[in-house]
Amino acid sequence: MASITLNHLVKKYGDGFPAVNDISIDIADGEFIILVGPSGCGKSTLLRMIVGLEDITDGDLLINGQRVNDKAPRDRNLAMVFQNYALYPHLTVYENIAFPLRLAKGKHSEEQVDKLVTEAAATLELTDHLQRKPANLSGGQRQRVAMGRAIVRQADAFLFDEPLSNLDAKLRGQMRSEISQMQRRLGVTSVYVTHDQTEAMTLGDRVAVLKKGELQQIASPRELYEQPVNLFVAGFIGSPSMNFLPATLEGNVLRTAVGDLEIPAEKARKAAGKKVVLVGVRPEFFEDAKLVEDHKRSNGSTFMATLTHTEWLGNEQYGYINFDPAPEMRELLNNLARDMDADELRPQVVVTLDAASRIRGGREAELWLDTRKLHLFDAETGENLTRDAEAGAELTRQAGEERAEEIATAQQADGHGNGNGTGFSSGTSGRTDGAPHGQGNGAPVDAAATRSGGATAAGGKRSAG
Amino acid sequence: MTNTKTRGKVLWTVVTILVLIYALFPVISILATSFKAPSDLTSGKFLPSSGKATTSNYEQILVGDAQGLFLSALRNSIGISLIATFIAVVLATLCAYAIARLDFPGKKLVLTTALAVSIFPVISIVTPLFNLWRTIGLYDTWLGLIIPYLSLTLPISIWTLAAFFRQIPWELEQAAQVDGATTWQAFRKAIVPLAAPGVFTTAIIAFFIAWNDFVYGISLTSTEAARPVPAALAFFTGASQFEAPTGAISAAAIIVTIPIVLLVLLFQRQIVSGLTSGAVKG
Repeated sequence: MASITLNHLVKKYGDGFPAVNDISIDIADGEFIILVGPSGCGKSTLLRMIVGLEDITDGDLLINGQRVNDKAPRDRNLAMVFQNYALYPHLTVYENIAFPLRLAKGKHSEEQVDKLVTEAAATLELTDHLQRKPANLSGGQRQRVAMGRAIVRQADAFLFDEPLSNLDAKLRGQMRSEISQMQRRLGVTSVYVTHDQTEAMTLGDRVAVLKKGELQQIASPRELYEQPVNLFVAGFIGSPSMNFLPATLEGNVLRTAVGDLEIPAEKARKAAGKKVVLVGVRPEFFEDAKLVEDHKRSNGSTFMATLTHTEWLGNEQYGYINFDPAPEMRELLNNLARDMDADELRPQVVVTLDAASRIRGGREAELWLDTRKLHLFDAETGENLTRDAEAGAELTRQAGEERAEEIATAQQADGHGNGNGTGFSSGTSGRTDGAPHGQGNGAPVDAAATRSGGATAAGGKRSAG
Repeated sequence: MTNTKTRGKVLWTVVTILVLIYALFPVISILATSFKAPSDLTSGKFLPSSGKATTSNYEQILVGDAQGLFLSALRNSIGISLIATFIAVVLATLCAYAIARLDFPGKKLVLTTALAVSIFPVISIVTPLFNLWRTIGLYDTWLGLIIPYLSLTLPISIWTLAAFFRQIPWELEQAAQVDGATTWQAFRKAIVPLAAPGVFTTAIIAFFIAWNDFVYGISLTSTEAARPVPAALAFFTGASQFEAPTGAISAAAIIVTIPIVLLVLLFQRQIVSGLTSGAVKG
C-alpha cells in the first residue's frame, strides 16, 4: 500500500524532445489512476518512469514520501503488467508466478512460495494450468498469468501498461471488470495506461488526460465528461465524441452553421467579448423535438435541421447533420482532429435520438437541444469558458467517497466471505453465462458489483456506437 | 486442389532426393573407399570388390602404424576446437548482448570490424603469423592455434548471436527487473535460457569452423604436440612408397566426421526448439 507523488516530472530524450513535460500528480493510497491520451502523448513513458525503466530527467518521484528517482526498479517494490505480458516462456505458469518470490532470496520458504502461488492462481482461476507453459495458453490465460505475477508479492502498487489491448473485445470486457474488482478487493494503489476510453471511464477513480507530454486535466470520469477544462479533453472523452460547432454570439443567441440557438444568459455572460466561440455539444444533448416532454422543453431551444442519414441501434439512434464551416474555422477543427489522432474532423454533427423517433435522413426536422449542458470554448486557446470548477470538484470528491466505500465493502466481504477469490470467480461465471452479474455474492458486495456491472454495460453500449 | 498438392509433394520429394544425393554421395564414396584393401583402390568400382572388404584401414590408424600420428591429432583437434569454441561463445554472447541491447558509441565499428576480420583471407595472414608465433614461442602449441581460430569463430558468433538476441523481447528483462532481479539476474534467469538455442547453434558453427581448419593447422604446427587431424591426414603414408594412403585417409576422414554428426544430433532439440514462443502475445 502506498501513495505515489509525481512532482514536476520531466523526461527529455537525447534530442531534447520532452516526451513528458512537467507532470505533477498526487496518487492517494488505494486509488486507481488512469493515464489516457492519444498515441505519443507520453503516457507509457510516464508509467515506465514510475516503475524505473526510464530515467527521470527532472522532477521528483516519491513513493510513500520517499524520493525514489535513483532507485533501481527492483528497489521500488512495484508490480507491473506489460502490454505483451512478458511471460518467461521457459518456465511453467507456476514458476512464472513464483518468479518474483524466488528472486527475493531467503524471504519465503518453499511452503510459503507454494501457498502464495496457489492462492494467486486460485484468485485468477489458473489452478488447472499451473504446470503448463505460456506458449500453450490462450491470450486471456496469459494475461492472467501476468496478473498473477503482479499480485503474488505484496507490491506497493500495480502498474498496468495497456494490459487489455491484445485481447478480443469480449475478453477485454470480462478482464476489465475482473481488474476492477480485484483492485477494490486488494485496495492496492494502481496506475493504468490505456488509450481506450471505455477502460478509462469504467476503471478509474481519477483519469489523467495527457496530450503531447503535458497533463491536460486529472479528475473523476464524470468531471472529465461534464466539466472538461478544454477542447482537447472535451473531444477526447466520450464516444461518439463531442460535437464542436463554430458560432458567433449575439446577446443570448448563438449563430451556428446548423441554426440559431438561444442559450442561458449565465453561459452567454461567460463568453462575452469573444467574437467567435466553439460550442461543445454532446450527441445526447439533442433530442427529437416531438419527443421532448413539455416540462423539459424550456430547458433548451429548438431548431430546424436536415439530417443526412440516421442509424438505428435498438436502444437509441444516431443522426448526422453536415454543416459547412468558414475556412478559418475548418482549419481550427482540423488542428483539433490532428491532436486527437484523427486525420480530419468532418464538419458533421452527431445527434443521439430516442429509438422511437421517426426522423429520417433527407427531411427537415425539428430538433431540441438541452442548452443547460453545452459548453463554450475559446476558439483560440481552446479553454472552456463555461466550466464550473466547483461542480467539477464536487463530482471528483463524490467519486473519492464512493471509492473508499467500495474498498471497505469489498474488503469486508472478503473478510467474512468464503475466503479469497469467491466474489471474484462468481462474478466471472455470472458474466460468461450471461446471468446478471454479482448474483450469488453476499449482500455486502452487491453494491459494488452492481455498480461495476452497470458501468460495463454502459461501456459496451458506448463502444457499440 | 488435391492434384496440385500431390504434385507439389512429388516435386519436393524429387528435389530433396537430388540434394541428398549431391550432399551425401562424397561421404558414401569415402565410406566405401575406407573399407577397400590397398590393392582394391584402383579397381574403379564404387564398392569394395566382394570378399575384399576389410577394416585394415581403421586398424592401421587406430591401433597400427599410423596410430601415433592419428590419435594424438584427434586429441589435439578435439581439445583445441572445444577450447576455441567455448571462448568464442562466451565472448560472443556478452558482446552480442551488448550490441543488441545497449546504445554505445562504436557499436557499428565492432560489427564492421568483426565482418572485416572474417573477410580477410586466411592464407594471407598465415605467413606473418608463422614468423610471429616462432618469435614469441607460440609455434606448435595449442594456444598458437586457439588464437587464430578465435579470429575465425568470433565474428560469425557475434553476428549470429546479435541477431538472436534482437529477437528476444526486451520486456522480459524489464519484467524481471521489476520483479526484483538485478541486471545480472535478469540476464541469467530470463535471457540466457531463451538464448540457449541460439548459443548452441552458434557453438556448433564455431566448432565446425575450428574443426575443419586446414591452413592454420598445417602451417603453425610441426609435431604431434599440436597438429590437428586435417593437417595430420596430409602426413599419412602408405605401407610402402608404392602404395597410396587413400584407404587410411578415408578411414580417418570418416572418424573425424563422427563427432560432428553426434554433436548435431545431440543438440538438435535445442536448436530446433521453439525459441521465444509464448513469451509475448504471439
